[in-house]
Amino acid sequence: MSALTREETQALIQEVLEVYPEKARKDREKHLAVNDQSIEQSKKCITSNRKSLPGVMTIRGCAYAGSKGVVWGPIKDMIHISHGPVGCGQYSRAGRRNYYVGTTGVNAFGTMNFTSDFQEKDIVFGGDKKLAKLIGEVEQLFPLHKGISVQSECPIGLIGDDIEAVSKKSAKEINKPVIPVRCEGFRGVSQSLGHHIANDAIRDWVLGNRDESTFESTPYDVTIIGDYNIGGDAWATRTILEDMGLRVIAQWSGDGTLAEMENTPKAKLNLLHCYRSMNYISRHMEEKYGIPYMEYNFFGPTKIEASIREIAGFFDDTIKAKAEAVIAKYKPMMQAVIDKYKPRLEGKRVMLYVGGLRPRHVIGAYEDLGMEVVGTGYEFAHGDDYDRTIKEMGNATLLYDDVTGLEFEEFVKRVKPDLVGSGIKEKFIFQKMGIPFRQMHSWDYSGPYHSYDGFAIFARDMDMTLNNPCWGNLTAPWLKVEPVAEKAAA
Amino acid sequence: MANIMIRRDSKGSYQFYLPKRDLEDTIVSMEFDTPEKWGGEIKLNNGGAYYIEPQAAPARLPYSVRAKRLDAAE
Repeated sequence: MSALTREETQALIQEVLEVYPEKARKDREKHLAVNDQSIEQSKKCITSNRKSLPGVMTIRGCAYAGSKGVVWGPIKDMIHISHGPVGCGQYSRAGRRNYYVGTTGVNAFGTMNFTSDFQEKDIVFGGDKKLAKLIGEVEQLFPLHKGISVQSECPIGLIGDDIEAVSKKSAKEINKPVIPVRCEGFRGVSQSLGHHIANDAIRDWVLGNRDESTFESTPYDVTIIGDYNIGGDAWATRTILEDMGLRVIAQWSGDGTLAEMENTPKAKLNLLHCYRSMNYISRHMEEKYGIPYMEYNFFGPTKIEASIREIAGFFDDTIKAKAEAVIAKYKPMMQAVIDKYKPRLEGKRVMLYVGGLRPRHVIGAYEDLGMEVVGTGYEFAHGDDYDRTIKEMGNATLLYDDVTGLEFEEFVKRVKPDLVGSGIKEKFIFQKMGIPFRQMHSWDYSGPYHSYDGFAIFARDMDMTLNNPCWGNLTAPWLKVEPVAEKAAA
Repeated sequence: MANIMIRRDSKGSYQFYLPKRDLEDTIVSMEFDTPEKWGGEIKLNNGGAYYIEPQAAPARLPYSVRAKRLDAAE
């Protein structure tokens, strides 16, 4: 099917909206748009970061998911207590595949679940005593941890527990930082506020801890901010940066440690990958410590090259020369990848619906493979993300904010993309509809996808999914009409 | 009154950031922009307008300051 025109896309949106009651239709209409590259400001065409409508199937998460699952969770040498009922922590345990180096249960705790397991009596009488006891037990059982963060779940805010007081008292007792994070799930409209709260907690409780201490710095100290090391992403990125002659002094927060985070203010440049979840802390460091930050994109060789050059632009000529050497070194390798996979993937059309960054960041990687992104949308992006997206997307392509289950299915049915990239909740719906699907939150248990090494894996995975013979076998043999007719004719 | 942060973007123009609403935008015009007197009414690209008490220009950007909303776009 050829690409839809602007009018057709607009008509498609109207058609999908028709099933809603009038009030809901009015609201949802603002979240769906046809991309127009000439628009400077996204708010003229799309509304974002608004409360989801009751009754629709939204794909969003909660503030706790944004704080514990995304920002704090990957810090490996800290213990993150899911303070509240047991479910929130257990069902999100290790699902994001933030890889780390360390011995789990001894000096790294990334895939473990610590919870205060609230019962009725804790709701009635308050859970502060339980939290204090839990922190004491954690200290005894896991003495090599470097700090504790208390991630509040909904009831904590509802019953009004004073976790700050408990944290301060316990921090003195165990002589390690205990950080209360007020990320109750009911706050805000999506996980996005959880990121903000988590960033603010880091700012207030972590960042200034080592301001007085000495640190042997070099002029080439950089940090990787907003890379959660999903399937090893941050490691692949780090390799490139180190090849360029830079020294990575902190990883936020994939495979990161508390000490790294405390030392971040000693960096010369903050490299910001996930803008949505960590721009807050980057802005803070720019103001307080005068560290500039730079958004970069390490998906697909074209964007990587541009990003490497931009990063090198912050440093002297030796780094610039090394950056060119890195680009030259990887060019033939990347060409080989493209030569191998492009003929198999060229012209294929992709629809994306991911979190707050990838819907625009991976476009370049698909384009490097000759694929076209015909629709994209964010779960929890804000206006500034859409400002950045409009330029990346082609004209007359679909944009959908906080898409509902119904809208997404209808769009896919009509646009008929060759590949859908979204999360686990969408995966099986589309696979049953016979559409190849990649889970773009956790790279479908593969990865890394960042950086040069990641691109080779990305290309292979896309080929593996799209050209899988199973898509031709979705109809039961007795329901296949053509082969039977042929046999009869013979 | 709201806390805002003003920084310079890569193109050299002032950028406005309102953390509470996660609003990022370019500043189109600032009433006073001299080292001695800086601030006043600022107009944003999205049509909003804010007022900063005129003061000496900050020694370093980004700079956080209290601002009054005159006219918010939205």
